[in-house]
Amino acid sequence: MKVKKKVKEENKKLINFSSSVLAIVAGLIIGFLILLFSNPQQALTGFLTILKGGFADGASGIGQMFYVATPIIMTGLSVGFAFKTGLFNIGASGQFTMGAFAAIFVGIKWGWLPGEIHWMVALLAAALLGALWGLVPGILKAFLNVNEVIASIMMNYIGMYLVNMMVVKNIYDQVKNQSMPVIASANLPKAGLDKVLGPNMNIGIFIAILFVIVIYILIEKTTFGYELKACGQNPHASKYAGINAKRNIVLSMSIAGALAGIGGALLYLAGSGKYLQVLDMIAPEGFNGISVALLGLSHPIGILFAGLFIGHITVGGYNLQLYDFVIEVIDIIIAVIIYFGAFALLFKNIIRTFIKKVKEDKSV
Amino acid sequence: MEHVIEMNHITKEFGNFKANDDITLQVRKGEIHALLGENGAGKSTLMSVLFGLYQAEKGEIKIRGKEVKINNPNDANNLGIGMVHQHFKLVHNFTVLESIVLGREVTKNGFLKMDDARKKVIELSERYKFKIDPDAYISDITVGMQQRVEILKMLYCDNEILIFDEPTAVLTPQEIEELLKVMKQLVSEGKSIIFITHKLNEIKEAADRCSVLRKGQYIGTVNVSETTKEEMSEMMVGRKVNLEVDKKDIEPGEPVLEVKNMTIKSKHTHKNVVHDVSFKVRKGEIVCIAGIDGNGQSELVYGITGLMPIDEGNVVLKGKDVTSESIRQRCLDGMAHIPEDRHKHGLVLDYSLEENLVLQSYFKPRFQKNGFLKFGAISEYARYLIEKFDIRSGQGENSVTRGMSGGNQQKAIIARELDRDPDIVIAVQPVRGLDVGAIEYIHKQLVKQRDNGKAVLLVSFELDEVMTLSDRILVMYEGEVVADVKPSEVTVNELGLYMAGTKRGAGSES
Repeated sequence: MKVKKKVKEENKKLINFSSSVLAIVAGLIIGFLILLFSNPQQALTGFLTILKGGFADGASGIGQMFYVATPIIMTGLSVGFAFKTGLFNIGASGQFTMGAFAAIFVGIKWGWLPGEIHWMVALLAAALLGALWGLVPGILKAFLNVNEVIASIMMNYIGMYLVNMMVVKNIYDQVKNQSMPVIASANLPKAGLDKVLGPNMNIGIFIAILFVIVIYILIEKTTFGYELKACGQNPHASKYAGINAKRNIVLSMSIAGALAGIGGALLYLAGSGKYLQVLDMIAPEGFNGISVALLGLSHPIGILFAGLFIGHITVGGYNLQLYDFVIEVIDIIIAVIIYFGAFALLFKNIIRTFIKKVKEDKSV
Repeated sequence: MEHVIEMNHITKEFGNFKANDDITLQVRKGEIHALLGENGAGKSTLMSVLFGLYQAEKGEIKIRGKEVKINNPNDANNLGIGMVHQHFKLVHNFTVLESIVLGREVTKNGFLKMDDARKKVIELSERYKFKIDPDAYISDITVGMQQRVEILKMLYCDNEILIFDEPTAVLTPQEIEELLKVMKQLVSEGKSIIFITHKLNEIKEAADRCSVLRKGQYIGTVNVSETTKEEMSEMMVGRKVNLEVDKKDIEPGEPVLEVKNMTIKSKHTHKNVVHDVSFKVRKGEIVCIAGIDGNGQSELVYGITGLMPIDEGNVVLKGKDVTSESIRQRCLDGMAHIPEDRHKHGLVLDYSLEENLVLQSYFKPRFQKNGFLKFGAISEYARYLIEKFDIRSGQGENSVTRGMSGGNQQKAIIARELDRDPDIVIAVQPVRGLDVGAIEYIHKQLVKQRDNGKAVLLVSFELDEVMTLSDRILVMYEGEVVADVKPSEVTVNELGLYMAGTKRGAGSES
């Protein structure tokens, strides 16, 4: 019996894994076709560049990959975690932006904090403001049954404009139309990693991995996770079991918001020359988080690898500029691959039916 | 004698599972042919093959002696086969006439021409004494009337072969009697009927012959007049069944549950779905709430268990007013609930069996420490319950609940609820859709609770169940308790009158 269970578990994992891989392959093929269409001569070299991604320029490329992957792992976790509770957190962008603002604000204005804890306080502030941006749609959903998708889309816009306003009012660099640089002590410690893996490398990726583990334990090992999953899979049964669904919805959205908020902090507290731009644009990291969560099938470990992969091809996309491609094509290809990543669930079903068919044929 | 339908050696497989294994069904012209079998015996599959919803792997179908191939329900209709489904397929905001004509509308220049259709429908309705108003809306007529609409629909298309899929499940005893009369009239006019059911009384009363299926196999065909009910039930189940329940003679004790003047208003219509209901359930007593589905029983139970807020009244559990307490607190106070819809309320289907078995107790120190689940303790407890309540599944405590059979899913719920040693068990339709073996088992468990001095509140739509199990019967009609009687002092017919609202009993105010 035990062995049988193990085999079954492994089968399931294999199906999950191969569905994500298939989704990626399909995305890559379409991406290649687009390359072929826009510049036939250099399509193959360009394609190989994307595939090489972070591995193209040695160690610093890998560092860059980690740097790009870190925030989308966090937003991916945010979306994936909420999804386990049956909530679709499309507001990761707004939570991400709010978190980024909180971190930068603390990073610039709270220089009086001791250097060692400055960045930690900045992260905490990011988590709090991100959580607040998740809390609002959570409360609306739990107590007034407002669809969380609509509420969090609205929160995206409110967050974006509010942050634009606050940046201009408080921490504005007029010349560059962006936020001022943060005090050095607010940046994440590099722990010597920058010497090996390039200037943008810091402990951010490890903080993201830490959260992957924490969320994994929270979902799989605790009573809270048990309740959240029950609410997500069958809200009626969890109500029947006396689980406080309202409280769980609010908590789940707040935690999701905090995760996305920390993602914002990790991107901007890196001393990488990235600043909050005052633009009327919703942060794409939030939407990429949706793809990462889908590609990783909402499992924390899956999200980690999905995030790293998206980081990988994004870096590859930057490198594509070496060749004669219109810059927009690069964005399109990345988008296509991410887009197909979202089809992982579809491929999962296809693989299942396929296996079933093969089995049936055999039995006949 | 001429066979109007011959289904010879039909085999239908789903993967490795043979739903129909070499089944033969021969229906004579002008007879009511009962198709008897437990749930999952293959009755529905066989009828779906006849109706063109599935294609059989092996076997042939002959209609009126000619071999035919039925690829979809339209083919079946063209061959004169009509079906009244268990769950009616009617459009609620259509009138009776519109529903009947649907799919066969006569138009002139793109405009509907209903006059001929109306004439024909009224004619048919008069012939069978249906007393149906062609202009009434489906949503306004009773379930019994809706069934008549379905029947009229078949007759309107001049179908000669009529399939009735569990038609009596939703009817009162009086309505059942009338339906059987209509069926007899139909066959006397030369139509042929296949009557799917698992109620032996009705077969005995109406059917000419009866074919029995068990676990996808054809067991045999008998002449109903020459066969006893016991013989048929043995054919159906494969062993002797004891549907009699032995109950200890005990005097009920103090009240465990008291419902006082409970009123619940519907959110949509603002009518009282539960209207001023009061009753007590005492120790050592099974109280049955009888009535036709949809007369406020579900809401009453939701109100008692806390799934739905009540507008007026009180719920008192062991002397303590729990009206404003949470669902969990009521559960901790000794209330167990076997819900009506096990998939909606009873189980998280994608959870494993062990996870479902602790759905009401995962938060107790026995199964968690500092918020971390103790998986070892949970598995151990699950194995204990599986053993004790004989829950069968592919992979023991690790089976995904969705993949388990309905009977075993129900057993899991019952194990979870009864092992908590509750003072009162509230069970709603606990044996719906289960086979005879599981029914026997669950009934015994409920009686055991009662014999151990616990209270049981049972909501049932099946009069047989009500009559055999209960110590006291409350009949609900349109949200009100219209009768409070003892099973020994009432007949099934009387209960039917209460259920239909034509009679009000003494003691209904107690």
